[in-house]
Amino acid sequence: MKTIVGLEIHVQLATATKLFCGCSTDYRDDGPNTHCCPVCLGLPGSLPRLNRKAVEYGLLVAKALGMRVLEESEFARKNYFYPDLPKAYQITQYDKPLAVEGIIEIEDDEGHEKIVRITRVHLEEDPGRLVHVAGASKYSLVDYNRSGIPLLEIVTEPDMRSPQEARRFLNKLRTILEYLRVFDGDREGSLRVDANISLEGSERVEVKNISSYKGVEKALTFEVTRQKNLRRRGQTVTRETRHFMEGRGITTSARGKEEEHDYRYFPEPDLRPLRVTDWVAEIDLPELPAARKNRFMAQYGISPNHARTLTGDPKLADFYERVAPVDPALAATWVADTLLGELNYRDMSIAAVPADRIAELLGLLRAETVTDRAGVQVLREMLDACAAGRPSERPAAIVKRENLGRTTGDDFSAIVRTVIASNPQAVEDYHAGRKGALNFLVGQVMKETRGRADPRELGRIVSECIEKGEV
Amino acid sequence: MAGTLDFSPDDRCNAFITTCREARFSDGALAGVAVAVKDNISTAGIRTTCASRILEGYVPPYDAHVIELLRKEGAAIVGKTNMDEFGMGSTTETSAFGPTRNPADPTRVPGGSSGGSAAALAAGLVPMALGTDTGGSIRCPAAFCGVVGLKPTYGRVSRYGLIAYANSLEQIGPMARTVEDVSRLMSVIAKYDPRDSTMLDRPYDHRPSADIAGLRVGVPEEYFGEGVDPRVAETVRDAIGVLEELGASTVPVSIPGMRYALAAYYVICTGEASSNLARFDGVRYGPAVDIRKSWHDAYQEIRQANFGAEVRRRVMLGTFALSAGYAGRYYAKALGARQKIRQDFERALRDADVIAGPTMPTVAFRLGEKTDPLSLYLADILTAPANLAGIPAISVPCGRVDGLPVGFQLMGRQFEDERVVDAAYAYEQEVRA
Ligand SMILES: [Zn+2]
Repeated sequence: MKTIVGLEIHVQLATATKLFCGCSTDYRDDGPNTHCCPVCLGLPGSLPRLNRKAVEYGLLVAKALGMRVLEESEFARKNYFYPDLPKAYQITQYDKPLAVEGIIEIEDDEGHEKIVRITRVHLEEDPGRLVHVAGASKYSLVDYNRSGIPLLEIVTEPDMRSPQEARRFLNKLRTILEYLRVFDGDREGSLRVDANISLEGSERVEVKNISSYKGVEKALTFEVTRQKNLRRRGQTVTRETRHFMEGRGITTSARGKEEEHDYRYFPEPDLRPLRVTDWVAEIDLPELPAARKNRFMAQYGISPNHARTLTGDPKLADFYERVAPVDPALAATWVADTLLGELNYRDMSIAAVPADRIAELLGLLRAETVTDRAGVQVLREMLDACAAGRPSERPAAIVKRENLGRTTGDDFSAIVRTVIASNPQAVEDYHAGRKGALNFLVGQVMKETRGRADPRELGRIVSECIEKGEV
Repeated sequence: MAGTLDFSPDDRCNAFITTCREARFSDGALAGVAVAVKDNISTAGIRTTCASRILEGYVPPYDAHVIELLRKEGAAIVGKTNMDEFGMGSTTETSAFGPTRNPADPTRVPGGSSGGSAAALAAGLVPMALGTDTGGSIRCPAAFCGVVGLKPTYGRVSRYGLIAYANSLEQIGPMARTVEDVSRLMSVIAKYDPRDSTMLDRPYDHRPSADIAGLRVGVPEEYFGEGVDPRVAETVRDAIGVLEELGASTVPVSIPGMRYALAAYYVICTGEASSNLARFDGVRYGPAVDIRKSWHDAYQEIRQANFGAEVRRRVMLGTFALSAGYAGRYYAKALGARQKIRQDFERALRDADVIAGPTMPTVAFRLGEKTDPLSLYLADILTAPANLAGIPAISVPCGRVDGLPVGFQLMGRQFEDERVVDAAYAYEQEVRA
């Protein structure tokens, strides 16, 4: 049974001010209803005034996705009652969106390139937010700080064939948006998705308001299973809207009023139609992920895998470019593999890591002043300091304080001799040609030297010692 | 010059909803001039009700653009005038604060919806007032009360702070007892405001001139036809004769789209109104919602109880006109008709510089006379076309029928408000002399 998925993605554009007024969009650390004015509160008599920047951001996305910008686009009112919607209508775009017909390339489940078609992108305002007070179920509070934040709605054709493809599509889209610097994915609630999903030959189900990347794959996976089970039992899938319960990982039917909405769209009389096709030529697209990946491979001589990982996030790619001069290959391994792993483990952002310090650490590794293992230890100390909000010590200082400098063979010939002397069985095994014996002995020495020695070098010394019978 | 104006009017016509006993003013072009403001224009610190129960306790935290300009030029805002609820009416009888009476005859309506502003002027309580005109709401009461009122070109006066009834049609405009004062007030309020995106930067700065030699006055047959009281038509023809005596010439013109005007007007204005008024739901305006009810039920109850019958009628009409399956049949067609009327006026105003006709088909009705909505809607037939076309239109008194004032309407090309003011001024100066 073929799975068919289409997405509607709402992303908050990272403009400094709201879509129709001068209020700041940077409200997340502030108290409720502190970023409001007559316009975004929908006070009687207030009028919307379009934020030019939001239009430019929308056009930037349209251009990056190869879309056609309409000669004339238009804002419209979407009318519905909801306590978080101060005007009882949302200013959005309806039959004349900003741009139509674009594409994003992703990998399908077999690893082949495939195209997901973008139907349209349009601008609209975010509603406010209902706050449900714990323990007080009698009422809800409304916070209008979010009211009027510019949203770009991106609608795809039903071109995805699995929840995994949908996830890959979203990752790709997010990367592009971040490269365009129109979106800050780190802001809570900055991306929300409605997903349409059907099995071939069945009705379509819409899952509304999924607020995380992981949520989309989870919700869709749940739906595929639910719908397949229904069909297996001979039941039909009904066309409906469902809600995703993030915490429980399931979707539930949103029966009732929500599905009967007639939004009574009509052109917003307070705004003029938009004629912005001229602006498009003036927009300079920054280097996009695919181009940057190719450049990384050519310029730094790194592997396609490393290049893909490093360019998957513009901040990470910028970081890499700052430390690459030390040694591009070494930097690629350390940033893409080691550093990224440590960051994920700590749930830290690359933005918190000082590139100059990491460059210093790479310098120490390149000069073989420290071993890889000691390098990881230094890195962890540095990240722990960053995570705690402390300035990171210089790596050389950590090496010195913790006595992590690489020692050469001569410095631990005594330890090697002791280890060989106290493990006669292993020495015997070694002579008998058992590979594991040498590893065991090297491991014992490493333990005694706390990783300061290079294991390869140690292996050589230990076998020399045994061969020479220097015990 | 700055100071405080004592304002305690003998308001026997019920022209005001709110009066400001001590109105402060500063220096400027209108220093110390008492200006009455229609109660749908936001005034910081002064309640602004739209003559509706649902906004009874609403005190705006900000001034409309026109109020900022008035204050800057030293005007004393002395009060907020009565109106049809949310501007929906032509008699000021749908106000939740009781009807206003016509000073020319207290058994008659003052017209509407800016009836309070017209009555305050006619009763001599203030020399200047602001009204708003969606389909004739400045010109109708000006005609019925015997004062002057100008509906400016759409986009000439900022709507920022005007509580919307029908955004694409309405404008704030000046009202006074003389054309000269209307022009003075217009010079203050018609200044560019980037907050109103439908505005153009075309400030009005004009001293009226009575020299109209060579002016071509278009006379559309549709303005003198069926439904127009012949005595009113005759009075207006006399007024056109006066313009001819002053050196103007007349040309017959035609606005064939007129027959769709009222239908188009009522579909568009009710459609927009149904959306504009949806925010008045009891959550932030009106009496608190009963929180034991589901919010849909609570909204319904609040809106039922606090909107008047005419408002509810128009909200329902507009909701219907925009509904899926009907929007194509009604709203889309109305926009088409509007386009046609706009073109008719453009064509007529190539042959003529201004178009002249009666403002209202009749003189003022008796209070309570018009009970069925349709006959009331028909009274807008001569005023609504200018709103659909977005053109300037002025009403100036031109005599009496049955002792009641008749309004002479002059319409012009977009952004030629100056020209209709001059024509009205020439007429007024001539008949006064
Ligand atoms: Zn705001």
